[in-house]
Amino acid sequence: MLLGPALAVSAILFSLGVVGVLLRRNAIVIFMCIELMLNAVNLAFVALSQQLGMDGQVFVFFVMTVAAAEAAVGLAIVIAVYRHRETLDLVNINLLRG
Amino acid sequence: MNPLAGTAADLVGLTILLPFLGFVANGVIAFVRPQEKRLVSIVGVGSVALAFAVGVAVFLAVLGARPEEPYVKALWTWMPVGDLRVAAALQVDQLSVVMLLVVTGVGSLIHLFSVGYMGEDPGYARYFAYLNLFIAFMLVLVLAASFPVMFIGWEGVGLCSYLLIGFWYTDKAKAEAGLKAFLVNRIGDTGFMIAMFLIFATLGTLDFVGAAAAAPARLAPGGAAVTAIALLLFLGCVGKSAQIPLYVWLPDAMAGPTPVSALIHAATMVTAGVFLVARANVFFAMAPVAAAVVAGVGALTALFAATIGLKQWDIKKVLAYSTVSQLGYMFIGVGVGAYAAGMFHLVTHAFFKALLFLGSGSVIHAMHAAYHHTHGHADAQDMRNMGGLAASMPVTARVMWVATLAIAGIPPLAGFFSKDEILLSAFTRGGENPFYYAVWALGVAGALLTAFYMTRLMIYTFHGPSRTGDLERPHLHESPAVMTAPLVALAVLTVLGGVINLPHVATLHRWLEPVTRRAVDFAGAPEASAGLEYGLMGLAVVIAALGIGLAARLLRPADLKPADQAPAEAGFAKLLLEKYRVDELYDAAIVRPLVWLSRVVLWKGVDAGFIDTAGVNGSAALARGLGWLGSHLQTGQVGTYVVVFVLGVLAVLGTLLGRM
Repeated sequence: MLLGPALAVSAILFSLGVVGVLLRRNAIVIFMCIELMLNAVNLAFVALSQQLGMDGQVFVFFVMTVAAAEAAVGLAIVIAVYRHRETLDLVNINLLRG
Repeated sequence: MNPLAGTAADLVGLTILLPFLGFVANGVIAFVRPQEKRLVSIVGVGSVALAFAVGVAVFLAVLGARPEEPYVKALWTWMPVGDLRVAAALQVDQLSVVMLLVVTGVGSLIHLFSVGYMGEDPGYARYFAYLNLFIAFMLVLVLAASFPVMFIGWEGVGLCSYLLIGFWYTDKAKAEAGLKAFLVNRIGDTGFMIAMFLIFATLGTLDFVGAAAAAPARLAPGGAAVTAIALLLFLGCVGKSAQIPLYVWLPDAMAGPTPVSALIHAATMVTAGVFLVARANVFFAMAPVAAAVVAGVGALTALFAATIGLKQWDIKKVLAYSTVSQLGYMFIGVGVGAYAAGMFHLVTHAFFKALLFLGSGSVIHAMHAAYHHTHGHADAQDMRNMGGLAASMPVTARVMWVATLAIAGIPPLAGFFSKDEILLSAFTRGGENPFYYAVWALGVAGALLTAFYMTRLMIYTFHGPSRTGDLERPHLHESPAVMTAPLVALAVLTVLGGVINLPHVATLHRWLEPVTRRAVDFAGAPEASAGLEYGLMGLAVVIAALGIGLAARLLRPADLKPADQAPAEAGFAKLLLEKYRVDELYDAAIVRPLVWLSRVVLWKGVDAGFIDTAGVNGSAALARGLGWLGSHLQTGQVGTYVVVFVLGVLAVLGTLLGRM
């Protein structure tokens, strides 16, 4: 029941997220793209749980919890970086260059 | 059960321990209180004299028990490795007891002499520490019950020899002489070690008793294995006992103090090679070729060194070449299977050559003191600066004449009997193999030269006009009693030493029979008819008298000039004075090519060219290159990381899908 379309939407959302992470330079946008990928995965979990049992739906809660924590920490880092460098363009943030 | 168990022979370890404790004590004193010379003398001489007393007790035990088999006293297990079990064990038998008495007895006298000779030296304590250590190692060598234990002593005496030759190490030439002795001996030691490996590989044991029992059963007589073992052992002897071609270190070893020359480089250490051949007699008896090599090398060395001795001016150099020559006689003896004769000459030689060296030490001491008094700088060892010393040093002159007559072979002194017996044995072997007639002939020629060069030494040193400077002459005095007493004791031994093995009585010969029995089973002992024996004896006396007479007639001490005015030698005399330029030959043929090989090929080519560039610098460059690559992968750009990450995930997914 609608499994195919649901997985297709999930795949499209995930791919959009990946492309966003690959192409965008603003830290917040990349951050949102990652959230997009997480939600694409959540959609796949929910869609598949109809056939494979409730484990997938339970896992979605875990993902959402972790995503919330990640958002808090991630945004805090973004603010800290912005205070320091006055930019969120990742091309300029390259302290780890060898 | 060996009859020696439970007797004084059990104390044999003490003979090694006492001098070793003396070494430790004197070594400590050398660091803490180097000025306590009285204490050093008591410890140094006392420890060796005590060892001699124990040695006499052990000898009396062997004399009483007359064991047919050696008594092996195992102290502890030293090397348990797989099938190889080497015990730190000492062997008491007729052969080792003879050496024990010679080493500790002559050693004690020389220690006593050193008290006078080295009395003024600032390194007195260090000197006695080394000398005690030498006695300890020498006793390990002669008392060892297996080849590896003997090797410990063998290397230990080599070490002490090195330390004592270079005793005055601030003099570069003396330090280099020590190094030369050490390096030349390495060549011989390699042979000794390979021989040990071969013995273990073929017989499975390294004990003297076990190897002597197993060799006749497990090795083919005259075969390649036993010949190789015997020849390699002999290579070790050639190094240690200064035979052609490795004799070159011994004359240079005279750089050490004179009592050291007497103890190490005349009486004891250099005879270790003869002792080794006598100890391993079974191998040499089973390998006639190797035995012939031993006798041949000995005969060549006996004559060759004697010719060099004819023309040396340094009193100690004459004696050094004389020692090389006499060691050649000992090797003739053990080479022709007359082990008792070889050992006999070893013992008598220890007496008269120690006496000659100590006598020369007494002379040098007097000369040195005289030059010291007048601040002269002439060579105190050059015979051209001596002459007429018999007037001021009567005791030294008399005892040295005794030793000279003994080494020349005048009856009834000890040297006559021992040298005669060796030449007789060689001549008797000539009946089986004419090669030994040549050995005998070389030996007889050497005997003539020996009588000549020793008489020359005596005439130039003690007789004729004095060539010492007028200022120095009144300061020439006989040495103190602490030095002349050992000389007189050795002179008595030189006169009476012959009784231990008189012809037909053959005490030493019978004494050593349990040790040489197996070898005699194989090769037989040379037996001579009485007529031949007396004939050769007469010939030996004529030869000796001829040598002495020729020297007395031909030499003109009155025409001799002091060293600084002497004209240069020419022709053959110059070649002899320059010792046939063998050192120069070795330098050109071996040392320089070796240095060239080391410098150009090994250093510049292999080390600098390959190991440094490819190995050391190469691995460093590789690490740096990898580091450069790794650090440049870290761009710091999040985008790059993500691209790589996504590509990686795609690759993993692709692989997984491909599998399905």
